[in-house]
Amino acid sequence: MLKDITLGQYYPGDTLVHRLDPRTKLILTLIYIAALFTAIVYAGYALVVLFLAVSILLSRIRLRNILSGLKPLIIIVLITGILNLFYTKGEHLLVHFWRISIYWEGVETAIFMALRIMLLIAGTLLLTYTTSPLQLTDGLESLLNPLKKIRVPVHELAMMMSIALRFIPTLIEETDKIMSAQRARGADFETGGLIAKAKAMLPLLIPLFVSAFRRADELATAMESRCYHGGEGRTRMKQLSMARRDWIALAVGVLLLALVILFRRLGI
Amino acid sequence: MTPVLQTVRLTHRYSEGTPFERVAVDSVDFSAQRGEFIAVIGHTGSGKSTFIQHLNGLLKPSSGSVLFDGKDIHSSKEFTRQVRFRVGLLFQYPEYQLFEETVYRDIAFGPKNMKLKDDEVDERVREAAGFVGLGEEILGKSPFDLSGGQKRRVAIAGVIAMRPEVLILDEPTAGLDPGGREELMENILRYHDGGKRTVIYITHSMEDAARTAQRIVVFNHGHIAMDGTPREVFRRGFELIQMGIIVPQITRVMMRLRELGLDVDDSVYSVDQAIAALRETKGGGDRA
Amino acid sequence: MSTIIKTEKLVYTYEGAEAPTLRGLDLEIEEGTFVAVLGHNGSGKSTLAKHLNGILIPTSGRVLVDGMDTAEEQNLLAVRHTVGMVFQNPDNQIVANVVEDDVAFGPENLGIEPREIRRRVDDALTSVQMYEYRNHAPHLLSGGQKQRVAIAGILAMKPRCIVLDEPTAMLDPVGRGEVLDTITRLNRQEGITVILVTHHMEECIGADRLLVMSEGSILMDGSPRELFPRVEEMEAAHLGVPDTTRLMYALNREGYQLPLEAITTEECAQALLRAFGHKE
Repeated sequence: MLKDITLGQYYPGDTLVHRLDPRTKLILTLIYIAALFTAIVYAGYALVVLFLAVSILLSRIRLRNILSGLKPLIIIVLITGILNLFYTKGEHLLVHFWRISIYWEGVETAIFMALRIMLLIAGTLLLTYTTSPLQLTDGLESLLNPLKKIRVPVHELAMMMSIALRFIPTLIEETDKIMSAQRARGADFETGGLIAKAKAMLPLLIPLFVSAFRRADELATAMESRCYHGGEGRTRMKQLSMARRDWIALAVGVLLLALVILFRRLGI
Repeated sequence: MTPVLQTVRLTHRYSEGTPFERVAVDSVDFSAQRGEFIAVIGHTGSGKSTFIQHLNGLLKPSSGSVLFDGKDIHSSKEFTRQVRFRVGLLFQYPEYQLFEETVYRDIAFGPKNMKLKDDEVDERVREAAGFVGLGEEILGKSPFDLSGGQKRRVAIAGVIAMRPEVLILDEPTAGLDPGGREELMENILRYHDGGKRTVIYITHSMEDAARTAQRIVVFNHGHIAMDGTPREVFRRGFELIQMGIIVPQITRVMMRLRELGLDVDDSVYSVDQAIAALRETKGGGDRA
Repeated sequence: MSTIIKTEKLVYTYEGAEAPTLRGLDLEIEEGTFVAVLGHNGSGKSTLAKHLNGILIPTSGRVLVDGMDTAEEQNLLAVRHTVGMVFQNPDNQIVANVVEDDVAFGPENLGIEPREIRRRVDDALTSVQMYEYRNHAPHLLSGGQKQRVAIAGILAMKPRCIVLDEPTAMLDPVGRGEVLDTITRLNRQEGITVILVTHHMEECIGADRLLVMSEGSILMDGSPRELFPRVEEMEAAHLGVPDTTRLMYALNREGYQLPLEAITTEECAQALLRAFGHKE
């Protein structure tokens, strides 16, 4: 069911990871991704995995939740893996049949690439699981603040993002409901060719759009009547402030990246 | 007589095999005879909405079965599809499912999916529209230009144009004002046609349930907690209140009168019944 | 007592509509009262509500909130700070993904100092009995709970008046009870002016004053006790009279003399007991 999608979901908690400033977590995620793409050999990879594992442990997010978040991407991971498996040439030939040859290097790259994608997603999932969307957008807004000088509407973008995240579950629920209602009238979303299927989506998409517009309209009215008038003069209940733990976490992140680069140089 | 709909130990679990698993409907045995008018009540989350979505095969039971005319509705794909048309299901706030350019085409959506011939579709659309009181001039309009009450009627017409033998409605009167509620209940009663068709509907309004249904089924924690005539059900007013169900005002007054020591029948739920019950206690009273 | 809201010959015509939806309303609302506005769909009651904090601006006539004209742009923030508004659909007025962040939205817009916002958010959530849900995601709450969060979001702005536009229309009876209890308590204990727009006559029982609207005008204005007995007029305005009132009305037609102003279950039962109980 659609409801099982966990993207952008937040699991409230009160762990060290939850308490970190969202800016710290955003930067750490970037560092983590950089490290992930820098690491090409085992030691570096092990370090990145260790970093993620410790973060997950500290956050007390169940591994099961991370895995279920990875589930929708399994096909992408598989395709990447298979492509790498078949198209990487190397020196150590393992199997050869018909026009396909698989090299040991191919196996290695396939595993690394698949792992890399999964680690990438797992890291970002951890970010969204432990950071409320509002904090996340606050953090982004604050990090991107310098862009205001070149007239990028940072506040508006951040507000739009947080509202979009707020309405994802609502719209998913609504999609489920409209789908059931149309199926009760004999709509068939499963069978038929591509064009038939696309056409069959109209009874779902049109009501969904209409409803999204209605919601947007009502939400705008509600926001205005709660005195919203843009970012000017607005304060925040949850002030972002960097604590000791944030600096320590960042230091750990920098260390991670440095080590990974070092390992890459050393080739271990 | 074979019941038109029957469930045998029907169980439904959401998010099976995940930490969020929960049983919404728990081993429910239920049957409806042809021609019955049944109200289903229960607080939010009691499982009643999940339950009725099984009755036309939209949801598949986790275990147990649903029978239509004695035959398992999931026995073949073909039969499941047939049942979907023979058991019409109208969701809550059905006006949000409208999508076509015109009212006419929206009402025709169901009949067209039944692969009926064009003139048959046409006949059914006009009949269904007339049934809910939508005039010819509305058929050509966009459903999005109508008022809320009219939209709801279009949605209802869209289901009854399929001429289902059983009509199931999930809170059809939610959000309507008293006038709109009255009209809609009349339409549903007319569709029931004195027992030619079967109607099952979920409602939060005990007054509506009491006024129209011959039988009330009370859901609580995924089980059927009570099943009987309105009088039988309302006689157990205190139990209903404990289940988070608000009993009709008249019943509440009568329950209170009993508490106050007046020997009055507190299974009544309508104004007329209350008058009769009060007369019985005294056979008179202080008339001026 | 002072007047918090005043309308003068308020007329409003929707764009493209031929006839006005509001036809010259003159209305004064005392601070601290609980006013119920009753009317069928299309009677103009929601349109009136939307004028009370400047969502709609009169086509002609004036609306004064604490003396400020809502038509004047520079008053708008102050008007909305004075009169908060709760809407029908609980989903479409919650902005944030976490309950307490949503409640903070209003005060943040007012530029209030963070520590004070925290205090207000905690107070507001306690006041609607949703404090233990402060870290929950709104979409997982029941309708009644969502609506209470929406009320808390308004409360945290410390308005003097709350307008609720059919806040119970989409709720089940339990949720409806929760919302009604909450607003009644806010009025009685915290002295906030409450304007409740509804089409359920039962919900008006606790109000100090009842306005019955029909065809864009105020048809009746008085206390529920004065107005409930006027059964024929209520029915003419397409309003469902509570069954208890209907019962006593029917009995009176048979010659009893029951007090139609007995509007609660308890009062009705007591009145019936007096009429039908055995004499000692």
